[in-house]
Amino acid sequence: MFGRGVFGRIDWITIILYALLVFIGWINIYSTSLTDQSTSIFDFSTLYGKQLFFIGVSLLGIILVLFVESNFFERFSSIFYVVSILLLAGLFVFGKTIAGATSWYNLGFFNLQPSELGKVATALALAKFLSDIQTDIRTRKHQMYALVIILLPAFLILPQPDPGSALIYFAFFFVLFREGFPLYYLGILLFIVVLFVSTLMFGTVWVTIGMIVITLLVYTFKKASLKIPLLPVLGVIIISTLFSLSVNFVYENVFEQRHRDRFTLWLGLEKDEKKLEEIRKTIGYNTYQSEKAIESGGFFGKGFLEGTRTKGDFVPEQHTDYIFSSVGEEWGFLGTATVILLFSVFFLRLIYIAERQKSDFSRMYGYGVISILVFHYFINIGMVIGLLPTIGVPLPFFSYGGSGLIFFTMLLFIFLKLDSNRLKDGI
Amino acid sequence: MKKLLLSSVVILIGFTFLGRLSYLQLFRFSPDQILDDPAIKKIYDYPERGYIYDRNGELMVGNQPAYDVMVIPREVKPLDTLEFCGLLGIEKAVFLDKMEKAKTYSPRLPSVLVPQLSKEDYARLQEKMRHYAGFYIQKRSLRYYATNSAANVLGYISEVNEWELKNNPNYVAGELKGHTGVEKQYEEVLRGRKGVKHIQKDRFNRDIGPYKSGKLDTLPEQGKEIHITLDKKLQEYGERLMHGKHGGIVAIEPNSGEILAMISGPTYDPALLVGRERSKNYSKLHYDTISKPTWDRSILAQQSPGSPFKTLNALVGLQEGVIEPNTKFRCYHGFYVGNTLRGCHCGGGVRDLNSGIQQSCNAYFAGVFRKIYDKYRTTDEGMDVWEKHMKSFGLGNYLGTDLPTGAPGRIPDKAYYDKWYGDGRWAASTIISNSIGQGEIAATPLQLANMTAAIANRGYFYTPHVIKNIGNSGAIDPKYTEPHYTTIDRKHFDPVIEGMANVYKYGTARWIQIPDVEIAGKTGTVENFIRVDGERMQLTDHSVFVAFAPVENPQIALAVYIENGYYGARYAGHIASLLIEKYIKGEITRKDLEKRMLEKTLEHEYAKPYSGEPFKINEYVW
Repeated sequence: MFGRGVFGRIDWITIILYALLVFIGWINIYSTSLTDQSTSIFDFSTLYGKQLFFIGVSLLGIILVLFVESNFFERFSSIFYVVSILLLAGLFVFGKTIAGATSWYNLGFFNLQPSELGKVATALALAKFLSDIQTDIRTRKHQMYALVIILLPAFLILPQPDPGSALIYFAFFFVLFREGFPLYYLGILLFIVVLFVSTLMFGTVWVTIGMIVITLLVYTFKKASLKIPLLPVLGVIIISTLFSLSVNFVYENVFEQRHRDRFTLWLGLEKDEKKLEEIRKTIGYNTYQSEKAIESGGFFGKGFLEGTRTKGDFVPEQHTDYIFSSVGEEWGFLGTATVILLFSVFFLRLIYIAERQKSDFSRMYGYGVISILVFHYFINIGMVIGLLPTIGVPLPFFSYGGSGLIFFTMLLFIFLKLDSNRLKDGI
Repeated sequence: MKKLLLSSVVILIGFTFLGRLSYLQLFRFSPDQILDDPAIKKIYDYPERGYIYDRNGELMVGNQPAYDVMVIPREVKPLDTLEFCGLLGIEKAVFLDKMEKAKTYSPRLPSVLVPQLSKEDYARLQEKMRHYAGFYIQKRSLRYYATNSAANVLGYISEVNEWELKNNPNYVAGELKGHTGVEKQYEEVLRGRKGVKHIQKDRFNRDIGPYKSGKLDTLPEQGKEIHITLDKKLQEYGERLMHGKHGGIVAIEPNSGEILAMISGPTYDPALLVGRERSKNYSKLHYDTISKPTWDRSILAQQSPGSPFKTLNALVGLQEGVIEPNTKFRCYHGFYVGNTLRGCHCGGGVRDLNSGIQQSCNAYFAGVFRKIYDKYRTTDEGMDVWEKHMKSFGLGNYLGTDLPTGAPGRIPDKAYYDKWYGDGRWAASTIISNSIGQGEIAATPLQLANMTAAIANRGYFYTPHVIKNIGNSGAIDPKYTEPHYTTIDRKHFDPVIEGMANVYKYGTARWIQIPDVEIAGKTGTVENFIRVDGERMQLTDHSVFVAFAPVENPQIALAVYIENGYYGARYAGHIASLLIEKYIKGEITRKDLEKRMLEKTLEHEYAKPYSGEPFKINEYVW
């Protein structure tokens, strides 16, 4: 409909979904930050006014990205990566501290968060490395390189401290899996998580007994033809038991009380109902309030600008990390389900687009983008609705914040730009 | 597989989230969450409590405004403490102490600095208050008593306690509620309904405007006024007569069951439990364990009724057909139980029903009592019949009045004596004291008055009650307008009433006669004992009198029970006659008797057992 230019070839479905998410996000930021003194929506002293400004900047960024040559991103990906690593390292010297985390550069009019830039750069660099004709992800050596590309920025971000952002970099493992990184690594990872959690919940003794019971069951009911060597299985059980023992040690001695409290709350480790309720209302205050706000919305919600807990500012950080609770309170289950649906369709559409790429680089970059977005979405909403422990990451396109919105937008639109060029590449 | 991994993860996450959200928003959601929503503050607008009037429309309880000086510590600016204290009329040290307490309670929320200013202080302060930031005056409504009587009937209001708060969502902390008497019984009616305003708050507890523009707010609904059956003048007069005496008086209108007066001595001025001195006064009343002013003797004191109970035994005898009015018994200045002679003060000789009641002959009623039991094959059967008749007069169980307290009294049954003496080891002669109202029988003054009303009505009574009408509707609980029939036929009452009329004309109560008023009554002189420091001692007899008047078409039936007042006519009889005269004629003609009764006290009797000295009882000093 826009002819043969970039606007004719770009994926408008994704853009509409993106626009919807940004719009719904802004509506909720408006609701959480509206006060009696508010006048115009363009009042840039208010949070919703500022967010509107950031949306404008993002639009400029989109136009910029769309008019840059496609192979610019592939060609300069290494340089982006190096620059962003330098910027992350530079934080240790020049960083500005906000809310206890030294994660920002003060540019006067704007606070730049290089960990956001780092996500774009890492996605590009990883795609570049993996799509190189000489890279074979099945070799240990190249697996190592890939891990370094992913984890270097994460290690620089962790001590800021910003464990949430650092955690996000693990999303890039999905790119590796897509490109042939053996899936059993994922299996091992899941097994470790299950061991960790079940040790906390049931204790080492029961975990070991459980494993032995499962092994016995498997041996009893397996087909006679199926041969499973006993020795490695025993080895796994012994190593798991040792790991389980070390979990207790790490949990009691390395973790701090606040971390332990989060696990206590998340897994319901405290058996005394009263104490649990106490922890819920003190340590888990944010989650408690956000759950309550969502719960009070019911099916239909209280209506736009009618959320009492939102208006009363009961949910801390509601305009940033806890923005989804405002959706829950004011728009009810209808609203939350709609948002979950929108995100799901949005991600599936992106996966579809990624899979149709002819260029390996484009596909891998696409996977990087999707993994990053899904990880944010999963951790953020999981935390807000009380499924996951408190980890501070924003909800893409929704949460208030300039760096976040602008870089998520760049991340996405670089991919859409690459996609719009897929037919050209083929020629 | 590897192509589907991320898609599967996205879908799995989507379903997990939707599941959790449906749990939160569909399963755990409840529409009345607004009740515990911390973001909504409810401000209550308390309606004025309903007024209480007496049967003639005279105000008994109303309301009066009270003014509290409030402080919000955070808003207080530096001030001239000395001048301000002078204005409030409190010491500087007290002021500083109260300010400290208010700050500890909450710097943001208001606390009471000086409670319940007088009207004069309020007028003086009102002008100057605005010069002192952080202080203001808040108006409250307190009870105002237009009578100094009926404290125990009216009851008092006080703050709801924690238990009530937990169990009744209609109350909020600090709210006032009726806790005894009529105030408690008719709480729902008197209270009205409080209005509520919903205010949206932020998490610092600051108001940020009305919630939903006040759509959910309600206006207060005025408490209803009630009329009670007491006659304020009679009640006040009775309490004056009770001055210095312990005991209870209950007067009932027989043809309606309405309680005209309910007097307990000693009592207190209900106004004592209102205002600044409330808690001090309350402790003083509550811890007075000898005279027990808050213990309503008229409905709680369960004592032997004495000779008035003889009338019931006579009625049972007639109903069972074991005596006729002219059936005669000989009195040997007493009667024999086995070989022991039990005394009688009637003068001896041959007695029939009329003269038995008139002279209160013990021997006559012991004879009647034996005949009742002799009619039946076993004592147990006789006991059952006797018990059934007695209980039909409202004795031996709670009457079911509309007052929140009460006592059952006691009509002993066979199980009681089987336990006491052993099965089959007792007979009518063992329990012969019951024939003259001593023994194991116990009744409250209210029960005695009700019993008298049943005699006055010739065989039925209405459950005694204090409610006359509620609001303007006039409707009261139908259970108070249904007659309860006794097991005695109407025809048997006439001879008994004739005897009671003769008590007043020629008998034991002939000293109390009122010109132009015919009374039927029965005196009682009740032996009683007390245990002080483990030592049992006999005290001066209780003086008891029950009566109704006029004999034909009775308008008032009453029981007067004066502890340690000696013989029946002496105190109880005279007080009863004054009350009847006051009620029927409206004025007292026997001024010298009135003066004597108002002035005489029995404090010297009540002091005797606690004096530690030997003392005489039943002294004939007048």
